[in-house]
Amino acid sequence: MDEILRHIFSAGTFNQMLRSATPVALAAMGGLLTEHAGIMNIGMDGMILMGAFIGVLGSYLCASAAMGVASAVLLGVAVGLFFALFVVKFKSDEFIIGCALNTFAAGLTAYLSRSIFGLSGTSGHDIAHLPTVHLDFLDAIPFFGEILNDNSFFIYLTWGLVALMWVFVYKTPCGFWIRAAGEKPETLRTAGISPERMKWIASILCGICCGLAGAHLSLGYLNGSFVEGMSNSRGYIAFACVIFGAANPAKAYIAALMFGFFDALGYRLQSYISSDLTSIIPYLITVVMMVYVVVRGQRKKTTLRTNTTAQKE
Amino acid sequence: MQETVVKFEHISMEFPGVLANDDVSLDIRRGEVFALVGENGAGKSTLMKILYGINEPTGGTLTVRGERVERFSPKDAIARGIGMVHQHFMLVPSFTVAQNIVLSREPRKFGVLFDDRAAVSEAQRLAREYALTVDPTAVVREISVGLQQRVEILKTLYRGADILILDEPTAVLTPQETDELFAVIRRIVREKNMTVIIITHKLYEVMAISDRVGVMRQGRLIGVEETKNVNERMLASMMVGREVLLGRLDRAGEAGEVRLAVEKLNVCDDRGLTAVRDLSLTVRAGEVLGIAAIEGNGQSELLEAVTGMRGAQSGRVLLGGADVTGSSPGARRARGLSHIPEDRIATGVSTAASVSDNLLVGRHRERRFNILGLHQKTKAVRDYTQQLYDEYDIRGAGVDTTVGSMSGGNMQKVVVAREFSLDANVLIISQPTRGVDVGAMEFIHSHIIKKRNEGCAILLASADLDEVFRLSDRIITMYEGEITGEFAADAITKEEIGYYMTGSGREEAQYAKAQN
Repeated sequence: MDEILRHIFSAGTFNQMLRSATPVALAAMGGLLTEHAGIMNIGMDGMILMGAFIGVLGSYLCASAAMGVASAVLLGVAVGLFFALFVVKFKSDEFIIGCALNTFAAGLTAYLSRSIFGLSGTSGHDIAHLPTVHLDFLDAIPFFGEILNDNSFFIYLTWGLVALMWVFVYKTPCGFWIRAAGEKPETLRTAGISPERMKWIASILCGICCGLAGAHLSLGYLNGSFVEGMSNSRGYIAFACVIFGAANPAKAYIAALMFGFFDALGYRLQSYISSDLTSIIPYLITVVMMVYVVVRGQRKKTTLRTNTTAQKE
Repeated sequence: MQETVVKFEHISMEFPGVLANDDVSLDIRRGEVFALVGENGAGKSTLMKILYGINEPTGGTLTVRGERVERFSPKDAIARGIGMVHQHFMLVPSFTVAQNIVLSREPRKFGVLFDDRAAVSEAQRLAREYALTVDPTAVVREISVGLQQRVEILKTLYRGADILILDEPTAVLTPQETDELFAVIRRIVREKNMTVIIITHKLYEVMAISDRVGVMRQGRLIGVEETKNVNERMLASMMVGREVLLGRLDRAGEAGEVRLAVEKLNVCDDRGLTAVRDLSLTVRAGEVLGIAAIEGNGQSELLEAVTGMRGAQSGRVLLGGADVTGSSPGARRARGLSHIPEDRIATGVSTAASVSDNLLVGRHRERRFNILGLHQKTKAVRDYTQQLYDEYDIRGAGVDTTVGSMSGGNMQKVVVAREFSLDANVLIISQPTRGVDVGAMEFIHSHIIKKRNEGCAILLASADLDEVFRLSDRIITMYEGEITGEFAADAITKEEIGYYMTGSGREEAQYAKAQN
């Protein structure tokens, strides 16, 4: 039993947690912007999938992982523009557009993957992937050094992005405007700023974040390969993290880490239990997290009630 | 003669199917308080939205400070020193007061970061300069409506406005807050030589605050007068185009048996605080019981508990002797209760549905309007609703238009027409004429009294004391969820009743209760 626990809570598990959490966290950073701007964005899964594919394609064509990432970012801009065109400009239902984006991405990437890389996909092709970063000083730190070292560059990038996003949302005028655009668009309009423009900006930035998430997935996480449907609902998980974290970048990142931990736990447990069962775990936890959000919302109301009545008595 | 700061010349504004402004020419002078009055849908707000750059006029010219403006946007208006406080506040609830004030022109540090400290000190400076006390770090969601309005005014001042447009600023204020607002207006006009344009349809406010008044009717400017040369009655007749009878209404019949009884009722508000405390009252057939209370003293929660929109913590509600405390609103309606809710847009009508559908609700299950509950009989419905439409003098583009496109007064008439046509014997009425013009108000009042004379038991709550006095047979005052006094309507004056509405009468009431 001791052996099992040691296996489960090893540095490897926590390293895996970081690796699993990163694509979700990257997408969540974009998703929280659209959430703040008042757009319910369930199209992130499709955005990630397209980013993953274009990342691989770019890397394949230019023989450079950096070019792969760059093309995924460009694609993110394009997808964000496309999303905003329908949701903001034509005022279509964001839920429908999100769904459409997801199904469209699944079909398009499968089609392109087969026509470009052949039926067996990218497995036979040599695709430049993102290098891992080795920091010597981390070797000196036991356990944590092992967790933090030898990761894809993207893991460190994500930390920077979380901090940057927090500053952007809560400490810059543009962040204020995006939040105002979601909460009370008319207020922003009468102040002389177009809430639609803020929604465009949020959509495009979300597209970029999802593009990065996709590029990391295919070029970093899976070392340069594209698998059909490889986003594997991470866009939805990211959306859940946004909701769980109340669209706060730090909280959303913690939520992503929780997902990552249970994902990693699932891998470890495969040695002991059927993998069919273990792969449910992160998704089950997501459901539990959402239930918690609802319950917390209810409890907030009741504690407020008891507190205030207590004060009055 | 003061200089003219704003000049409207032959302005017209045409929306699809509606001519909202028709050849309006008007000068606004520096340093005056100009009141713009008129019925709902007379085009006051439309005209002011042209000045603020929200509406682009379809004809005529607008001149601001001697400069003709075209393709005006709110941004341009702000740049020319025009500020507007909208009827529905334009504040972001989760932001602080300071953040709201500086929105769109945030002080920055390092070029990109929001400088919170500078925003707070700027807000404090403005608050001091204009004596508009408000805590810059408070979150807007958590402050009172009166304070929110101050934030709105500070916001326009921060943007450098010296022409201030206030769109029905007192609609949401308590009498005290209204007095404070008026003091602020006088101060900024006198000390800062600002120009204030105030849109309202409360005529006594026009008399109290304005230097000049313009009256609008059906999109046209009927007349502009020096306020000192007119009185309320003259303005009212200019607004509706006829003499308005603001006299006493004819009453007939005696009060009969008790139709509605409330016994020791306790009700909580949305935050879970006790809003109604051990309250008991009765309403008899053929009488109007009016509730006089300052907003937020439990009258809304009481009426919601009586109509079944809100649960009661304890106590009973009896309709015609039957206990309905736990019943649904539908079950209470089936027992002859009818309800004109306080917020017509939220609970009174479905704005997206047609006038016809809104008028039919409540009777839509009746056999004469459908076949086996599956298919609506279009003609029967149309005949019925058209009849109500005519009977209640609803003015709009017909029964097939959506209610959302109507003015407030006509929307309220739709609610009144529906509720009064349901043959109820108990009527619960909340704010029947809030935001409604004089003509519609007169109409609604006369119908309420007609219902009373026919033997309806009516429970009425209104923020308008004149209305409570005009309609009620008996008046109760409420303060912090308790009844603080009960009077025959002709046995007390408005001044006296204010004493009980502020809770000063409560100790006496408790004393009397203990004696009984």
